[in-house]
Amino acid sequence: MSNFAIEAEDLGKQYYIGRQKLPYRTFRESFAQAVISPFRKLKKVFAGDPHAAANLEEGLWALRHVSFQVRHGEVIGIIGHNGAGKSTLLKVLSRITKPTEGRVRIRGRVGSLLEVGTGFHPELTGRENIYLNGAILGMKRAEIDRKFDEIVTFAETERFLETPVKHYSSGMRVRLAFAVAAHLQPEILLVDEVLAVGDAAFQKKCLGKMGDVASTGRTVLFVSHNMAAITALCSKGLLLSNGRVVSTGPVSEVVKKYLEGMNELCSTDLQDRTDRQGNGRIRFTDVVFLDENERITHAAVTGLPLTIVLGYVGNDDRPVRNVDMDIAFYNPLGQLLFFCKARMACGSFDVLPPWGRISCHIPKFPLSPGRYRFKLWCSVGGHTADRIEDAGVLQVESGDFYGTGNLPTRNPEGIVLVEHSWQVVEDGMRRGEQWVPDSAAVD
Amino acid sequence: MAVRQAGLSETVSLPALSSLPEIVIEPPRGWISLGLKDFFEHRELLYFLMWRDIKIRYKQTVLGAGWAVLQPLLTMVIFSLFFGKLGKMPSDGVPYPIFSFAALVPWHFFAHGLTQSANSLVTSANMIRKVYFPRALMPTAAALAGLVDFVIAFGVLCCLMPIWGLAPDWRILWIPLLLLLAVTTTLGAGLWLAALNTQFRDIRYTLPFITQFWMFATPIAYPSSLLEQPWRSIYGLNPMVGVVEGFRWAMLDSSPSPGFVMVASVMSALVLFVSGLIYFRRMEDSFADVV
Repeated sequence: MSNFAIEAEDLGKQYYIGRQKLPYRTFRESFAQAVISPFRKLKKVFAGDPHAAANLEEGLWALRHVSFQVRHGEVIGIIGHNGAGKSTLLKVLSRITKPTEGRVRIRGRVGSLLEVGTGFHPELTGRENIYLNGAILGMKRAEIDRKFDEIVTFAETERFLETPVKHYSSGMRVRLAFAVAAHLQPEILLVDEVLAVGDAAFQKKCLGKMGDVASTGRTVLFVSHNMAAITALCSKGLLLSNGRVVSTGPVSEVVKKYLEGMNELCSTDLQDRTDRQGNGRIRFTDVVFLDENERITHAAVTGLPLTIVLGYVGNDDRPVRNVDMDIAFYNPLGQLLFFCKARMACGSFDVLPPWGRISCHIPKFPLSPGRYRFKLWCSVGGHTADRIEDAGVLQVESGDFYGTGNLPTRNPEGIVLVEHSWQVVEDGMRRGEQWVPDSAAVD
Repeated sequence: MAVRQAGLSETVSLPALSSLPEIVIEPPRGWISLGLKDFFEHRELLYFLMWRDIKIRYKQTVLGAGWAVLQPLLTMVIFSLFFGKLGKMPSDGVPYPIFSFAALVPWHFFAHGLTQSANSLVTSANMIRKVYFPRALMPTAAALAGLVDFVIAFGVLCCLMPIWGLAPDWRILWIPLLLLLAVTTTLGAGLWLAALNTQFRDIRYTLPFITQFWMFATPIAYPSSLLEQPWRSIYGLNPMVGVVEGFRWAMLDSSPSPGFVMVASVMSALVLFVSGLIYFRRMEDSFADVV
């Protein structure tokens, strides 16, 4: 018997995606269609076609020819852009959905954590939800009994055990949910991007817990966009792109390859991008950066004004209402540095023409020289219309941020520059007594 | 980084590799097993799901479990008024109120269980997309959770009977078997509708009609003695006819012994259940993709 925990051979998963049908020409035609199509669908039902009701025509291979092996005790990071097939792979491995072709052999009990708090019921109390959620994740009752106190302590919700979860704050709910999940101890653990929840301190605690799990000799498959977390936790990496395995090996090499690939990706025009999310009410078409003289530039300069112009187009000719947009900047490790959100800075746009351009002005660009990825997002009427995770890379050149002629260089002096000043305190020469500012002195 | 190195050195409390269970994941093909073993291994989850359904059923209601009593009781009052008093419906020599109540007790279990289990997969869509478990647990738990209500309503029936000078005899021992027949019917129809409901939300809207139609096709407001014999056995192909007639026979000594009707009901309940299970298993693999 080989000692692989997971062996995947030529795995493939095809999804059916709804295709936009040609618009009906006449009322008579569309009426006839409306009458006939239920019968067609019924025919499919009796033929046992699982996709009969959803107008599903075209197949899309979310995974294709995926083969890999994982040894017992290995901690593997699965890396890839949105839509690369990471989540689908985890779903197939955790038996939520069947593959269309190929086969996987898994040796050991599998626990999957694709979402935090699956099956939480708002009407049940914290205690009841711990049991319910534990059972849903595959824990035995006796196991939950044994770990109950540990879970409660980890979640820091002792006082609210008998309170229905609907009265919890969202942070508390997440903590409780993660605490249950973190105490799941199967031989093989599949984890999908669940660390992106909760406040920073709790995230750190979760990462620590994940590290503990990894260090007990369990096999872990871990999906994340956070390259810092991936490199810290995993020993090996698996890079997916368009549903295929592009590279496997030591985690540092795979992460490097991913980051290189990202730079190529970012130079493409936004119109051709398919790795976007949202309902498509409006779509981003292009991004242009303007320098302080309103001329097109390819690099921002630290400390100088920068204007970002976002082109968009709606999916029909009606004006769009209640639009919000944001642009977020990340370092190469995927950590968010800052973001500019229209609603925060000046309110959402009430009405916008069906296509056009929106500009965002940053009076003093705060990042030190380097290359930064940015993400674009917009919503119409509160629903995400478009989101492009790795929309592009912005090159930042050194500039006179402080107006002193001293140019900031690349890290390690810090990524973000903050306006500030230094000064000698006038009466700071008194010795041996606690200093109080003049304004606070009472006479 | 320290974490990673630690991972290689200390291997804690893992069972020997050879003792680990092996799972093979493959594309669905042709006929599949009914998955009863997997189902049995997840019995604890079944218990938790039932317990959840029972717990939340009457949360945030003033009357709480009182609804389990009120629902059949109010229906009985309405039936007695309109069918019994105004319609002069025959009731096999038993006072009409108790005649209809004895039928309403199993009927409410069935109708409620059917609705709950038919909707169970859709209302728990999120769980289905995020966690693996035998999907049949969901409709099963939803249907079985109604047993608590059944027990309460059955208790009420036993309390009401002395009012009309009736008392159950030894035939009450048949009740568990009749209940099993009701459970089988509920599960059979529930599995069918739950699986269909994942793809055709039409089911959600037809459910009230299905239960209403089924109710009139079952002798609840009227006695089945209104039908002549060859038709009565055919009528028994509706398994709820067997259940309801059985209940009246066992509790009230009113209906004639169900005999042929019962045979027809048991057979059709089994067909419904097995076909439902097979259809459910066939569609199960696509639930996470379509729900």
